[in-house]
Amino acid sequence: MRVGWFTGFVLAIAFALSPTAAHAGGSITVAAAADLQFAMNDIVTAFRQAHPADRVDVIYGSSGQFYTQIRQRAPFDLYFSADIAYPQALVKAGLAASVPRRYAIGRIVLWSATLDASKLRLQDLADPRFDRIAIANPEHAPYGKRAQQALQASGVWGKVRDRLVYGENIAQTAQFVQTGNARIGIIALSLAMNPAFAARGGYALIPADLHDPLEQGYVITRRAANNPLALAFARFIESPQAKAILQRYGFSGTQPTPAHEAASR
Amino acid sequence: MTLAAADFAALWLTLKLACTVTGLLFVLGTPLAWWLARSRSRWTRPVAALVALPLVLPPTVLGFYLLLAFGPHGPVGAATQALGLGLLSFTFSGLVVASILYSMPFVIQPLRHAFEAIGNRPLEVAATLGAGPWDRFFSVALPLARRGFLSAGVLGFAHTVGEFGVVLMIGGNIPQRTRVVSVQIFDHVEALKYGQAHALAGGLLVFSFLVLLAVYTSQPRLRNF
Repeated sequence: MRVGWFTGFVLAIAFALSPTAAHAGGSITVAAAADLQFAMNDIVTAFRQAHPADRVDVIYGSSGQFYTQIRQRAPFDLYFSADIAYPQALVKAGLAASVPRRYAIGRIVLWSATLDASKLRLQDLADPRFDRIAIANPEHAPYGKRAQQALQASGVWGKVRDRLVYGENIAQTAQFVQTGNARIGIIALSLAMNPAFAARGGYALIPADLHDPLEQGYVITRRAANNPLALAFARFIESPQAKAILQRYGFSGTQPTPAHEAASR
Repeated sequence: MTLAAADFAALWLTLKLACTVTGLLFVLGTPLAWWLARSRSRWTRPVAALVALPLVLPPTVLGFYLLLAFGPHGPVGAATQALGLGLLSFTFSGLVVASILYSMPFVIQPLRHAFEAIGNRPLEVAATLGAGPWDRFFSVALPLARRGFLSAGVLGFAHTVGEFGVVLMIGGNIPQRTRVVSVQIFDHVEALKYGQAHALAGGLLVFSFLVLLAVYTSQPRLRNF
C-alpha cells in the first residue's frame, strides 16, 4: 500500500487547509484604521449579537496601506479609513460598491503613560525634558498629519522637530508612549479613552481648530457588492447603537455627511 | 523616478548601519565562531542554538522584546539610563545593537564552518614548526578561512541591508538616524508615492544582485552559502 499513506497524507493536509465548509452563515472581512482598535471590537460584538451565525473578521492597520491593498484586490469587504479621502479615491477607481460615508470625526490628544498630561498644552512640548515626542508619520498617516498641523499652529513645530519619533500608524505611536520609549505623544482620542490607557497618565484634548478635521469615512468594496452581510454591517454602523459606541470612544460627528457633500471634498 | 534628498539620506544610513554591524560582527563573531568550531565544551551546543535563534524567530519577536528591554522599565533601558546614555530605542546605536543580534547567525555560521573545515592538521604542523597559538591563528587559520570571511561579510552586510521588521518596531522612523532604506520604501508605498518607491526598490534590487554576482564570480568554488 505505497499509495495509501501518501494519498492519506495529501488528503489530511487538504482537509486541514480547506475552509470550514460546514459554516452556514455569511462572512465578511473588515479593514479598519488603527484608531478604531477598541471601538470596532465593541461594535462587532454588538453586531454579532444580532448575527450569531455570521463571521466578522476585523483587520487593523494604516488607512494608506489598506487603500493600496484594496487597489491590488485585497479581500476586504468593508474599508473604514481614518481619512475619508481614501474611500473617495476608491470610488473614483471603480473599486467601491457604495458611496463613501462619514462615520465619525476623530480628535487628537496629548498623552503620556508616565506623567499626567491632562494639564499640558502643545506649547509645553518646547520643554526639553520631553526628549522623545511620538506622533504618527505625517507623510501618510491621517493622525500624524493633523498632529503636525497642530504643532505648527501652536508655533512649536520648529522646537520639537528634532525630538519627534514617528509611528507607522496611530496604534504604534500609542505603543511607543505606552512602553515609555517616548515620554509623551500625540495619539487618537479613541485610543486614549480605552480603559487600559485611561488608567495611566492622563491626556489633554488638542483644540480642533488647530488642525483640519479628521473626517473618517467607510465604503463597501466592489467585491462585497452582493454580500448581504456587508450591507447589514454598513446599516449597523449607521444605527444609534453603533453611534453610541463610537461616541463612547470620543468620536464626534457621527451624523453621516450627504453623499454629494462627501464627494465634493 | 528620481531620488530625493531623503532617499539618499536613507541609503547612506543603511550603508553606514550595514558596515558598522558587519565590522562589529567580525570583531565579536570571530572569537565566538572559533570557540564554537574548536572547543569540546558541553556549552557549545546551547550557545550554537542561541546564536542560530534569529534564523528561526520572526523579526517581530526580537523587535517586541527589544522595545520592552530598551524602554525605561526594561533591563537594558535601566542600565543605559544609569550610565547616562539615555534610551537605545529610536537611536542609531539601538539599531546597531538590534542588527548585531539579528544578523549574528549569518556571520558566525560561515566562520564556524570555515574554521571547522581547516581541521587539526595544518595547525599541528604549524605547532611543530614552532608557531605559538596566536601565530597559528593569524598566520594559518585566518588565511585558510578567508572564503568563510568573505561569505560571512557578504551575508552579514546583505542581511542588515534587508532588515525591516525589527527596525520598524524599535526605530521610530527618524530621518538620518533610524530611517533606513527598507522603511523609506515602506513609507513611500504607504504615501502612495509609487514612483519614488520604484526608484529605491529597483535600485536596491539591482545593487543586491550585482554585489552577489561579483562575489560568486570572484569565488567560483565558494561553498559556504
